[in-house]
Amino acid sequence: MSVTIPAPRSQRIDPKYKRGPKSRSSFEMLAWLFMRLSGVALIVLIFGHLISNLIVGDGINAISFGFVAGKWADPIWQFWDLAMLWLAMLHGTNGVRTIINDYAEKHSTRAWLKGILYVATIFIVVLGTLVIFTFDPCVAGSTLPQC
Amino acid sequence: MSTELPEPPSKIELKAGVGGGGEIPTFNITLRVRRYLPETTAEAYWEDFKLTMYGTDRVLDALHKVKWDHDGSLSFRRSCAHGICGSDAMRINGRNRLACKTLLKDLDTSKPITVEAIKGLPLEKDLIVDMEPFFQSYREIMPFLISKGHEPTKERYQSVEDRERFDDTTKCILCAACTSSCPVFWTDGQYFGPAAIVNAHRFIFDSRDDAGDMRLEILNDKEGVWRCRTTFNCTEACPRGIQVTKAIAEVKQAILSRTV
Repeated sequence: MSVTIPAPRSQRIDPKYKRGPKSRSSFEMLAWLFMRLSGVALIVLIFGHLISNLIVGDGINAISFGFVAGKWADPIWQFWDLAMLWLAMLHGTNGVRTIINDYAEKHSTRAWLKGILYVATIFIVVLGTLVIFTFDPCVAGSTLPQC
Repeated sequence: MSTELPEPPSKIELKAGVGGGGEIPTFNITLRVRRYLPETTAEAYWEDFKLTMYGTDRVLDALHKVKWDHDGSLSFRRSCAHGICGSDAMRINGRNRLACKTLLKDLDTSKPITVEAIKGLPLEKDLIVDMEPFFQSYREIMPFLISKGHEPTKERYQSVEDRERFDDTTKCILCAACTSSCPVFWTDGQYFGPAAIVNAHRFIFDSRDDAGDMRLEILNDKEGVWRCRTTFNCTEACPRGIQVTKAIAEVKQAILSRTV
């Protein structure tokens, strides 16, 4: 007497496990290093920013269009804000990039999410840099003394 | 010729009711096992077993009791049953543990004790998973001594300090409790995983081994050590008490100091 054994349902007979192609670059290492170094730099930059804006002199009451214009007339503050913008944006973008890598399971999902992320990052960094360097305090009807 | 051997001095007469097996307290538990029977059902489901267990029993004894006295179809791996072979890693009350090292009295017996297969590896049946992806990562880091030059005629000498350097990571029993507790490994299983890195660490920091650079190169991959998010799940899960996250951090540092 022969008995027909139904085919197993698990569908996991002899599966192949393939890791993606090996990466030769040290990009992930540099990204990891950048996260730590930019984090330390940002602590200094952000606290310097907060102290100069909110505590020194008249503190928060001094903040106005003129206050910002005065700050950006000084190349040191231009550089300070530029460094803060770039480091914060790249630090944050890299953080979100790792989150996408950790949580998205499909390659196409990852590619889409990261594409949107990079476009947004480039847009904000370029716009911010442009504003810092081309800022003109003398808008129409300005009452600032230097205009 | 036969000589009567004297009674061994260690033998102690026990009076009934003083000490002995009868004294061990018993308690009732509910063992909630995640069952998966690919022959009959498509989905995994929970099944409860009411058991009377002793104070000295482990989760493995409860599983034995189910398999031997209640339902023989329950499937799980175990070999030595004493925490050395690493066969019976499973998720007990949501944490990766060896069933043979987890005493029932240490768990909350007033609530059902949940037992599931470890996560992140393909489930085959009940508590048995396919360990192949795990061992594939393990093989990729070349877990064997590679030495250049001539083979010595005598033993390979190593100082006590040099041996101490990688002592912690020699304790691994490849139970997969760490790798299958790692959230990064759960996502797509591409990450090498803590166990492979621990076993690479064991050879990278061995003064007798000459292939440390090759292993560091392998782990510098985008799926290598840089995917570690230091959540410490692996350290918490390791039944041998290996400082897994620390070992991964040491490999990260070794890769950094090699290239920078």
